[in-house]
Amino acid sequence: MDITNLTVHELMEKLQNKDLTSTEITKAYINKIDKKEEDVKAFVTLLKEEALKQAEQIDKKRENKEIESNVAGIPIGIKDNICTKGVKTTCSSHMLENFISPYDATVMEKINNENLINLGKLNMDEFAMGGSTEYSYFKKTSNPWNLNKVPGGSSGGSAAAVASNMVPWALGSDTGGSIRQPASFCGVVGLKPTYGLVSRYGLVAFASSLDQIGPITKDVEDSAILLNLITGHDKKDSTSANIEKKDYTLNLKNNIKGKKIGVPKEFLGEGINKEVKENIEKAIERYKNLGAEIVDISLDIANYSLATYYIIACAEASSNLGRFDGIRYGYRTKEFKDLKDLYKKSRSEGFGEEVKRRIILGTYVLSSGYYDAYYKKAQQVRTLVMKEFKKAFDKCDVILTPTAPTVAFDIGSKTNNPLEMYLADIYTVSVNVAGLPGISIPCGVDKEGMPIGMQLIGNKFEEDKILNLAYAFEQDMKFREKYKPEFKK
Amino acid sequence: MKVSKEEILHIANLANLEINENEIDKYCKNLEEILDFADIVNKAPVEEMNITIGANQEKNVFRKDEIEVFEDNEMLMQNAPAKSRNMFEIPKVL
Repeated sequence: MDITNLTVHELMEKLQNKDLTSTEITKAYINKIDKKEEDVKAFVTLLKEEALKQAEQIDKKRENKEIESNVAGIPIGIKDNICTKGVKTTCSSHMLENFISPYDATVMEKINNENLINLGKLNMDEFAMGGSTEYSYFKKTSNPWNLNKVPGGSSGGSAAAVASNMVPWALGSDTGGSIRQPASFCGVVGLKPTYGLVSRYGLVAFASSLDQIGPITKDVEDSAILLNLITGHDKKDSTSANIEKKDYTLNLKNNIKGKKIGVPKEFLGEGINKEVKENIEKAIERYKNLGAEIVDISLDIANYSLATYYIIACAEASSNLGRFDGIRYGYRTKEFKDLKDLYKKSRSEGFGEEVKRRIILGTYVLSSGYYDAYYKKAQQVRTLVMKEFKKAFDKCDVILTPTAPTVAFDIGSKTNNPLEMYLADIYTVSVNVAGLPGISIPCGVDKEGMPIGMQLIGNKFEEDKILNLAYAFEQDMKFREKYKPEFKK
Repeated sequence: MKVSKEEILHIANLANLEINENEIDKYCKNLEEILDFADIVNKAPVEEMNITIGANQEKNVFRKDEIEVFEDNEMLMQNAPAKSRNMFEIPKVL
């Protein structure tokens, strides 16, 4: 039995029945990392020794009945923009190459309270800006299904590590699709929760009104389990929702007969790859066979959303990244004339090209003369997008779309064309703009064996509905049994 | 949307960034392309529509402005690129 092939809910069962110890599980993952990391390059920081030590302690505590929880002692990987006390948090940037967070993000406090074991910090596009993980300062992560292709991004390290069984699950962050798109490219499950469901305290801010932390997992049940562990109101994040905590595993296995799935025709039109479209159509047929009702809806917002997203996200980023001044933390230039020169040189040398491009775009749309034409307009369009979604949810329970217009593309094929890279986010960004939850699950592969993702979008705080429909599909299609990453070279 | 060299340099200066002479054209071209695409927001049917500033904007969240002491001073200061006597070191301002 390859332990690393098990899902977390299977591992939990084995821990409970004493078929496995946390040390055995952790060792199995470390062995897998030793074999695969050289090819996949998913980690920025590895914590092998620390993880093993922790696993041994947890096993002892479990033996002494000091720990009851079955999730205790299971490893996890963390995207490198989530602050981990005493461990480097680099955002895959030269700017934060040596930054050691003095505190834990709220999600890390929760993860630590559950005695999960942090196996390491995962690669990403610098400051989460990108859709391929090629903009990492440190390394380019490869897609486990074909090493010449990108894993998607920005949580590319998280998705690739889960797909290659180097971690059983991982945390990512999603500002415009950064959990769902890499999950789609790597054939795993990625969930972006409703804005406010998970605390952003300790998540290095990119675009504060859009960012959310969420799980990247092997299957839908694991997604619900991890979501349970990280939700909850946090007074340290004023945008965190003060609502009652739900158990997302409760409705997972409900019958989906009669559930209404809206399919917006605009999301299957221009610009979509033929094989992606065919597989989405097959998925729709599968849902019909499972007893769900398919409803045609109109949601003509994709292009507006994408433009609005890039205006708002860059505007917020230009403000958020103003804090990197080379004084309190982060990179500082070696030579400078005065304070302004220190700021300018530290930032210019510390940030990569895409980050600078977005800061400039954000500064531009906020500058006098352009504010009304771009930023204010984008905020109005945001209202429009929310209204259109509201109308759509009057007609259906969830909305089904492709996660991305294509499968994973070749490394290096889009880095010279920023706009083309942005267009890969066309189906995911509107979910962030409206603050809704969305999940990507695999629904097939193309001729070359690359995974295709399907996105289910829910109404605010209705994660349980999308998880239920995703679970029903997954159980019927059995993607994980049929297809496995081959590490093609 | 034409973006001039002067404009790029002005914006970069506002953002405390330096752009090398040989990068200017590239930044101008990228920005022009992205702005041409982003211009679609000006065609959206949003006349008289309110602006949205956050995903959940039903109410503002207030809290008391209370000081909480962060104990681990050393952990904070270890990230400073230059320091002396437990203080951040910066070039002379005045």
